[in-house]
Amino acid sequence: MTRRFTLTLALVLALAAAVLLGIRFGAVPLTTADAIRTLAGKGTAVDRTIVLELRLPRALLGALVGGGLALAGATLQALLRNPLAEPYILGISGGASVGAVLVLALGLAAAGSWVLPLAAFVGAVVAIALVFGVATAAGRAMDVRVLLLAGVVVAAFFSACIAFILSMSQARTVQSAVLWMMGSMAGADWGSVVLTAAYTLPAAALLLGLARPLNLMAIGEETAHYLGADVERVKRLALLLAALITAAGVAVVGVIGFVGLVVPHAVRLLVGSDHRVLLPLSFLGGAAFLTLADLVARLALAPTEIPVGVITAFVGVPLFLVLLRRSLST
Amino acid sequence: MRFGTEDLVVRYAGSARAALDGVSMSVPDGCLYAVLGPNGSGKSTLMKALLGVVRIRAGRALVDGRDVRTWTRGEVARAVGVVPQGEAIAFPLTARELVGMGRYPHLGALRGEGEGDRAAVAHALSACDVTDLAGRDVTTLSGGELQRVRIARALAQEPRALVLDEPTASLDIRHQMAILELLRASADSGMTVLVVTHGLDMAARFADRMLLLSRGSVAAEGAPAEVLRAEVLREVYRWPIAVREDPATGVPRVTPLRSGEATGA
Repeated sequence: MTRRFTLTLALVLALAAAVLLGIRFGAVPLTTADAIRTLAGKGTAVDRTIVLELRLPRALLGALVGGGLALAGATLQALLRNPLAEPYILGISGGASVGAVLVLALGLAAAGSWVLPLAAFVGAVVAIALVFGVATAAGRAMDVRVLLLAGVVVAAFFSACIAFILSMSQARTVQSAVLWMMGSMAGADWGSVVLTAAYTLPAAALLLGLARPLNLMAIGEETAHYLGADVERVKRLALLLAALITAAGVAVVGVIGFVGLVVPHAVRLLVGSDHRVLLPLSFLGGAAFLTLADLVARLALAPTEIPVGVITAFVGVPLFLVLLRRSLST
Repeated sequence: MRFGTEDLVVRYAGSARAALDGVSMSVPDGCLYAVLGPNGSGKSTLMKALLGVVRIRAGRALVDGRDVRTWTRGEVARAVGVVPQGEAIAFPLTARELVGMGRYPHLGALRGEGEGDRAAVAHALSACDVTDLAGRDVTTLSGGELQRVRIARALAQEPRALVLDEPTASLDIRHQMAILELLRASADSGMTVLVVTHGLDMAARFADRMLLLSRGSVAAEGAPAEVLRAEVLREVYRWPIAVREDPATGVPRVTPLRSGEATGA
């Protein structure tokens, strides 16, 4: 109990610190006092523009997407009973990437900032529909092994599509496509924050309500059934919610790897596998982690931005290996 | 709690032969009932039919005299504790957490464990002699320990009946006996216990009644001495078998014979 409390407190503080640091640092550094004054609606007009129009939405977007990816990852790991599961395992990132790359290659992105996210979201939804369709066609019950296999195969098809489109494209298009696929929060504005929140927060609330059934699903579908869970309903609902959260995130910021895989494992190593604790703490952990990673991505080689997916892996891998090693030695 | 079937027929999709082909049986209240039979004879299917998880083609499966199809999933979960054969537990989980899941059917989506729930878990842990293991990660338990923890989870449901699929498979003598004594004690305290097993001798020692299935049909049902007869077993298992009364226990003992050995019947 105390360990859970400590970790919750630590993650809440880490998230608050990450958002505050995200607001303070950048091309124009602000003091903490300035940042807080500006958040309270005072401060100079320039500070207000920097904080309210640029840095705050970017920090909040990082928190929403990071939290959503970690939550989706934890959910998929339980449903597929597979520690290697992560939000992109059902081909969602592949579908989104095809949508985005197509838009870039056809030069449609210039039509408006909403075109690329919309195309990526549509691509993600097509991927979800395809994978779910394959997994349910065989019979009435949805087989998670088939789902997993369908996801891998569909992802392979999408990467072939991407390779084909890119091979037909000009060098500039290839570069912007590759950068998009590595993920970035540079385009954050209030529109993208509201859009992501509209998908992520209700879906996250519903997933938290499924914590007990997910505990049961993680030990086996047959047992879950005998302990009163409506297995098929839980499976469909939880998969759909996790997929929607992922699709919304990918559409807005591109493919950011590693958060959805590593954060749930790290939380699990610290507080165990009870999803009533694991899910909310994964969300908090993912939110803090991605917001901090984005800060590093912006500042490390400023004014050049490093793709945030590079930072999540650079920081996440050693952190995870340390936790893993510690758990093995106890 | 009583179980029963009337001319029950179950056929899996894509299978030409019915898994259960007109099975009628009945398990009285407070009875330790063993379901026996060769591989593929329909033992697990019968268990699943009684729990309402396979589609019934014809006939009826009855739980407390009521068609199982009229029971909700939650009602079954509050009345019957089930220990299915294998569980692949993929993530670290303490024994206490696993046993605590037995309370889920009694809790809503949001309500936490109350005093009564904690008492039920503590009682189940002690009945299965696994109180000391409560804080251990279940993935580090031995086969016998894990099996007792899983039975504790079923007992924590405070069910009126227990259903177990091969609960003693791959356990040593000591752990087999401990689990069977526990099931016997549960039945003696009024719980109905249905066990699917390959262990004919153990079933003869502990069960009040038994059912012998053969290719989806009933080969024999009744007290152990009525069911475990050499000529019936030879037919069902398609192997030479001798049955003698064990001088130490007074119950039938089943001996499969090697080629060349006399049947002794």
